[in-house]
Amino acid sequence: MKNVELIIKELKEYDGPVIKIMEVCGTHTASIFKSGVRSLISGKIKLISGPGCPVCVTPAAYIDRCIEYALKENHVLVTFGDMMKVPGQNGSLSQAKGDGARVELMYSPMEIVEKAKQNPDIIYVIAGVGFETTVPAYALTIEEAARQGVQNIRLLTALKTVMPALRWICENEAGIDGYLCPGHVSVIIGSEIYRELADRYERPFAVAGFEPEHILAGIYDIVKQLEPKAKTEATVHNIYKNAVKAEGNKKAQEVIHRYFEPGSAMWRGLGMIPDSGLYLRSEYEAYDAGSKGLDQDIQLPESCRCGEVIIGRINPNECPMFGEACNPMNPYGPCMVSSEGACGIWYRNV
Amino acid sequence: MCIAIPGKIVSIDSRMAKVDFNGNIVAVNVGLIDAKVGDYVLVHAGCAIEVMSKDSALELIELFHDLEELA
Ligand code: SF4
Repeated sequence: MKNVELIIKELKEYDGPVIKIMEVCGTHTASIFKSGVRSLISGKIKLISGPGCPVCVTPAAYIDRCIEYALKENHVLVTFGDMMKVPGQNGSLSQAKGDGARVELMYSPMEIVEKAKQNPDIIYVIAGVGFETTVPAYALTIEEAARQGVQNIRLLTALKTVMPALRWICENEAGIDGYLCPGHVSVIIGSEIYRELADRYERPFAVAGFEPEHILAGIYDIVKQLEPKAKTEATVHNIYKNAVKAEGNKKAQEVIHRYFEPGSAMWRGLGMIPDSGLYLRSEYEAYDAGSKGLDQDIQLPESCRCGEVIIGRINPNECPMFGEACNPMNPYGPCMVSSEGACGIWYRNV
Repeated sequence: MCIAIPGKIVSIDSRMAKVDFNGNIVAVNVGLIDAKVGDYVLVHAGCAIEVMSKDSALELIELFHDLEELA
C-alpha cells in the first residue's frame, strides 16, 4: 500500500515535463503554504493558485452598496468577517464601521432571523457572499424568515458558482495541466460534475480534502494521470469520498434551486461570466436588497495584476505592486486582503 | 471562506442539532442531511452540509489503497 512517505518521495523525484496544477480553492492554497507542500515536491510540479475565494472576486460596487446600507437609517449590515477589509471605491466595511456605520459580524446567516424578530424596527441586510458551500445557508435563512413571517431581512447577494468560472479558465488557459477541485464546494455539487470538463479538455481533475495528506494525494493522482504511459485517460478522481458523493448533496442543491436562479455575475479580475451568479427568484424578491447590476469594479492602478493572479497566469510576487504599494495593511486587490487570497497568503508565507 | 469543520452530533431536535467541536457545543441546522446522534458531520456557516462516512484514519488508509492502483 502507498503511504505519505512514498508519495512524497515520488513527487520529490519527479523529473518529467513541467506540470502545472491549479488549486481552484483558496483554502487549498492556504493549506499548501501552511504545511509546506511546495517544498516537498519537485520544482517541475508547479502549483498555481486559482480564483481562490468568493471574497477575492467580489467587485467594488458590491462593497460600496454594503456600506450604503450600513449608513442608512434603521439598517444594519451583517457580514462574515472575511469581507471587512475588502476595498471598495471609498474604503472598506471595516473603515466604515470605524466611522460609525452599523456593521455586525455573523457566524451564520440563520442567526439573523432571531435577531430580526427581536428588533422589528431594524432592517437587517445580510451580505450574501459565497460559493455553493455557503448558498444553502442563505437559502435556509430565507426559508425560515418566510416561514415565521419575518419581513425585516434582506439579502444583498454576490453569490457565485464555481463551474462557469472553471469552464472559463479551461477555455482560456490552455497551459494548466490538471485541476485540484475545491473539496467543500464539491460536497454540494458532487464530483461527477467535473467530468464534462475532464472529457472536453482532456485534463485530470482530482477532488481532494484539505489535510496535507489529501492535497499530496491529489497532486500525486494528477501527476500519475498525466504520465504518458498511464493507461487511464485523464478523468475525474474523487479522493475525498469521506465527504464528497458523485452526485453531491441533493437536498442542498434542491434548496439552492428553490430560492435562487442563475444570472450573469462580475468576477473581479475575470470580468462578466454568464450564469455564474445566483440571485433570489422573483417569488422572493421582497427579500432582495437590489443585488443585480453591482458590476462596477474599482479603478485599479495600471500595474495591478490581480486578474492574472486569479487565473494563475502569474504568481503574486510577479505583480510589481506586490509587497510594496500593495500589502495586507494597504491592499489594492481583494486577493491581498482575504485570508484565502493568493497574494495575502504569499505575502504572509513567502 | 468555503471551509467546513467536522463535529459530532450529540443531540437532534427536528431540524436543529447540537454539535460538538472539540468540546464546544454549537447549534447546527441539519435539514440538508440524514444524520443521527453520534454521526460526524461537516458544518459550514451553521449548516451541516454532509455526514462523514468514516473516521479520518480509516479514510486515509483507503485513500492510499486507491492510489496504489494508479502507480
Ligand atoms: S499584489 Fe495587490 S495589486 Fe498585485 S495582483 Fe495582488 S492584490 Fe493585485
